[in-house]
Order: sequence, then structure tokens, then C-alpha cells
Amino acid sequence: MIKDYFKLAWENITHRKLRSMLTIIGIVIGIAAVVALVSLGQGVKKVVTDEFQKLGTDKIFVYPAAGFTGSSGGNPITQDDIDEIERVNGVDEVIGVGFASARVEFHRQLYVNIVIGYPTGEGQKLADESYNLKYIAGRPLKDGDKYKAIIGYELTRKTFDKPVGLGDKLIVNGQAFDVVGVIDKMGDPDMDNGIVIPLDTYKDLYNTEEYNYLLVRVDKAENPTVVADDIKRGLRDSRDVDGGEEDFVVQTADQLLESFSVILDALSAIVIGIAAISLFVGGVGIMNTMYTAVLQRTNEIGVMKAIGARNDQILKIFLIESGMIGLIGGIIGILIGIGLSKIIEYIGRVVLDTILLKAYFPWYLILGSLAFAFIIGMISGLLPARQASKQSPVESLRYE
Amino acid sequence: MKDKPVIELRDVWKIYDMGEVRVEALRGINLNVHKGEFVAIQGPSGSGKSTAMNMVGCLDVPSKGHILLDGHDIARLSESQLAQVRGKKIGFIFQKFNLINTLSAQENVMLPLTFLDVPEEKRKQISYKLMETVNLGDRTDHKPNELSGGQQQRVAIARALAVDPEILLADEPTGNLDSKSGETVMHFLEDLHRKGKTIVMVTHDDNLAKFADRIEVLKDGQIVKSLKCYHKDGKNYCEEK
Repeated sequence: MIKDYFKLAWENITHRKLRSMLTIIGIVIGIAAVVALVSLGQGVKKVVTDEFQKLGTDKIFVYPAAGFTGSSGGNPITQDDIDEIERVNGVDEVIGVGFASARVEFHRQLYVNIVIGYPTGEGQKLADESYNLKYIAGRPLKDGDKYKAIIGYELTRKTFDKPVGLGDKLIVNGQAFDVVGVIDKMGDPDMDNGIVIPLDTYKDLYNTEEYNYLLVRVDKAENPTVVADDIKRGLRDSRDVDGGEEDFVVQTADQLLESFSVILDALSAIVIGIAAISLFVGGVGIMNTMYTAVLQRTNEIGVMKAIGARNDQILKIFLIESGMIGLIGGIIGILIGIGLSKIIEYIGRVVLDTILLKAYFPWYLILGSLAFAFIIGMISGLLPARQASKQSPVESLRYE
Repeated sequence: MKDKPVIELRDVWKIYDMGEVRVEALRGINLNVHKGEFVAIQGPSGSGKSTAMNMVGCLDVPSKGHILLDGHDIARLSESQLAQVRGKKIGFIFQKFNLINTLSAQENVMLPLTFLDVPEEKRKQISYKLMETVNLGDRTDHKPNELSGGQQQRVAIARALAVDPEILLADEPTGNLDSKSGETVMHFLEDLHRKGKTIVMVTHDDNLAKFADRIEVLKDGQIVKSLKCYHKDGKNYCEEK
């Protein structure tokens, strides 16, 4: 007979459209916020996870404790560290990667871009594996290239007034480079506007032996986590630091992903917490509406009791009604949330030029939101429904 | 001697204790209603007739005394048990019709069956038949506010009959109707009585009360007079027993 109660509830909700809509708004806002924020959060997580998966789980990263870009101060990562890591059991190959900002000139126009030092010849295969560059014109860098460069997609058309193409010369920190290749759009603004030059040339240009990070590939048969621990131990000895005071970080791809997930989950939890305030307010709104409904329908409750409704049946009628208010709010909220995150995704792609903001709607988000909205409605209706069910039929019938 | 009464009030008292004031709404009522009888409870307002009807309708339990429905004492039943007794054995007809406004006429008739968990098909069948009985077979989908008062009261009669109750309880059934609609409603009640339904009607109206077989006159919470009525040549006559 539950079906009949749903029908009864639906009749009552639609009978008082305006009040029902006003009540529902609170839940709509809360659920829309949760769906939009979680779907975007999950989307970012999925994009990043996919990237890491492409990278492969057999990789280990080594970088200064100050971070990828924080080579100033602290103890930098140099060739000595590469040599040390290569001695560790289970390490297949190690490469260093450097990047820095540079003044780039083209047809007398100046721009500050990121320049990436990319290994050529030995180590290039490992770099290719992790960077996974796709060329839409020209060729990759090769061994023996010195003042050659490959450029990001945006650099060819947006950065300078004139389009940059194959064979053009870019002046980087005063040194001319021939453009030999163009990389397809990657969604990472640094790469899409970046200039990739051979690592050796990069070292000369910046007169540096420091790397921003090292990339290690582990032997197929080895456990990356174990090898990472061995690398840590080796570097501690060679750099003469105690455990717990390392000025460097060694992380497997999985660990890096894990630490990223932790940050993202924490962020998600915070925004969901904020959205929860709206849901709470929405719940109070439902409670208020249900108390009003119980009062207004006192006579009706009396009639239903007179014609045989038991207390638990009255309770169910009101609980289902308040649950349905929540559920309707949930459905509308989900639709708005989906629309909202799609708009944000669009803005991300078109305005902010990033593919990182990609909305993702797992089934548990949709079903969970619906169930949650229904339960909020029911909980909010619990006290009013109890009051309704406990009313004396004689008193209720007398109520005008 | 007739058979056992369907409902029997034995020395029923209802006392409302409101702090300082103590109101004795019923003071030792004794009343038997037998199967197939049409009994009117008559009295001025404040005489306790509404309270008496609540007792007969199992809406309330007495402060003192016993109420036997089919020989079972309902005074000791819990609220939910009382609700079930009402749902199965008693059909209510109220002065203000008391239909649920959000439901259609037929859905109103179905409601008591819904509370008894009767399957939907059967509910529809029974309710439609009853709508036809009260000559509203073409108004099944109308909402109460789309019906006239007389039509609403007929829907209420159909609703009261839905569970095929042992007793029909009518509380001033024509109180909110014009005389023509009131007459129609009374004819329906008479007809139901002829077909063997037990009817208890509460009214302050002499002319209405005369439709019954028996009138119990209530005053100050006590039955002060019992009249027996007979019907002859389309007229109703009553005399003291």
C-alpha cells in the first residue's frame, strides 16, 4: 500500500505548489552544490589518475623537498644524485628534467615562457614514455640537435601576433632556436605555451647542473615501493642527512597519486561541508512546512483516523510526504548540479584553457544524492509526522 | 427477546477533568443498538450527544463503564486497535462531509479500504459500485470542491459503506445541506436501513429523528426519554415507550 501513500503525498505536494516549491529550494541548492562540486572533484581526480596511469606505475620521482619548482635554496638535485640512484639495485634508468622561465622573442615581440630541458639520445625513451608528447607537425628532438626547439600548440597561434611555424626562429634568452616540431594541445598551460629544447643546451643556456626532478624507471621484476625506499636510503647517505630530515622527496607514481588524492579529497570534504549547511537549512525548511501541514490538516487527520487509519499509517503518510519533498528537491538539484558542472567544464575548456575541469558523474553520486535528499526529507518530517500520528481523533475532528 | 445487541453501552461515563473544572459529559448512559435498527440520539447542543456518538463510534473510550461491540469490550483497547475496529466495523457520515480535498471522489471512497490494505483492483471495483449506488457514477474523478454539498454527502455515504460496516454512524448528516439535498440524503439512509444496515444518527432535529425506529433523548449527559417510532402512509409517528 506504500504506492498509495506516495500518491497521497504527491497530491498534497502538488495541491500546495507554491509552498512546496519554496520548501524544495533549500534542498535543491544543497544537492546542486554537492553534485556540481563532487562531479568536478571526481573529474579532476579521474583526469589526473588517467595521466598517472599513462605514465606507468613503474616510475619513481625524486625532487627537492622544497618542491618541483623550488630549486632555489636548499640542496638541489644534481648529476651526483643521478649517479647515486643508478647504483641502487632494481633501477633501470634515471633521467633528469629541468625547466625554467625564459624571455622568448619573435618578430620583436617579447614573451615570458617556460623552457623545458628534454633529454635527447640516451634517456630520451624514458622521457618520451612519461611526457607522452603527440606531434601535429614536424619531428621530435633527436640526438645531436643543439639549437632546435619544439613548441606547444598555443604558442603557434595565440602567444604572438604572428603565427609561429616550422622553420621559424625563436630567440630564447638571447639565443636563436629553429622550430622543428609542434606538440598537440595537452591541456596543461605550461606545456601548451612551452618551448622544449635539448637538455644539454638547456644546461648551457642557464649555466646550471641542477634538475627540477629526476625520473626513475624501475626494473620490470622489481617492486617500485621497495626500490623507492632503497633510493631514499642511498640518497640519505650520499647527501649526508638523517632519516626524517631529508631535503629531497622520493615517491613512486602510486604514492604521488595518493598524496594528490588526499589533497583533493580534503578539498572535496570542505566544499561538501559547506554545501551541507544548505542541506541542513533545507531540512529545517521541510520541518517547518510539515509542522504547518500537520496543523492545517488536523481535521483531515481526524477523519482518516475515524475511517480506520492507524497511528503508524498516519505517520507513514506524513513521513513519505516530507521524504518526497526532499526527493523532488534532490531530482531538481541533481539536474541543476549537472548543468552547473557542465557550464564550469565549458568555461574551463574555453576560457581557462584547461582539460583538468572535466565533470564526471559516477552512479553512486547520483543515486547517493537522491537517497540522501529523501532521507533528509524524512528526518525533517519525523517530528511533525509523530505529532500528527499521536493526535486524538476526537480532538482532531473538532478542529476547524 | 431480540438477538444480542451490536453495540451496547453499559453505565458509560465521560468526565473531562480540566484542572479546576470537572465536566461530566456523559453520566451513566445505557444504550443497546440491535442489528438492523435505526436509532436516533437526539438532544440540544451540550447534551452530550456528540460525546455519546464518539463512544459508539469507538473514537473515544469512556472514563467509566463498558462499551461492548459485538460482545467485546472496547474500553480497554489501544488506540491502534480502536482504529482497526473503526476501520472494519463502523462507517462515519459527518455533518461537514469531511472528504479529503486533494483526492478525487472515488479515491475518497477507496481510502478506508486502503487503510485495510485491500488490493487496488478490488478497491476500485467496490468504490465504483458504491459511487453508482449513490448516483454519482459519472462524478468519480471530480474533486470534492467540484461537487455540491449534497453530492459531497453522498460521496461520504459511499465512503462510509466502503468496508461494508456493521454500523453506520451519522452525525447531523443534513446539517450543512439545503432541504432538498437533505431529503435525498435521508432517503439514502432510509433505503440502507430497509436493506438491513444498522444506523445510529445524532441530531438535534425532531423531524430528522422521526426517520428512526427509536429515539433516545439526551439531556445533561443522561438519557431522559426513549421514543418508539412507526411509519405509516409516508408519515412518521413517535410515542413514548
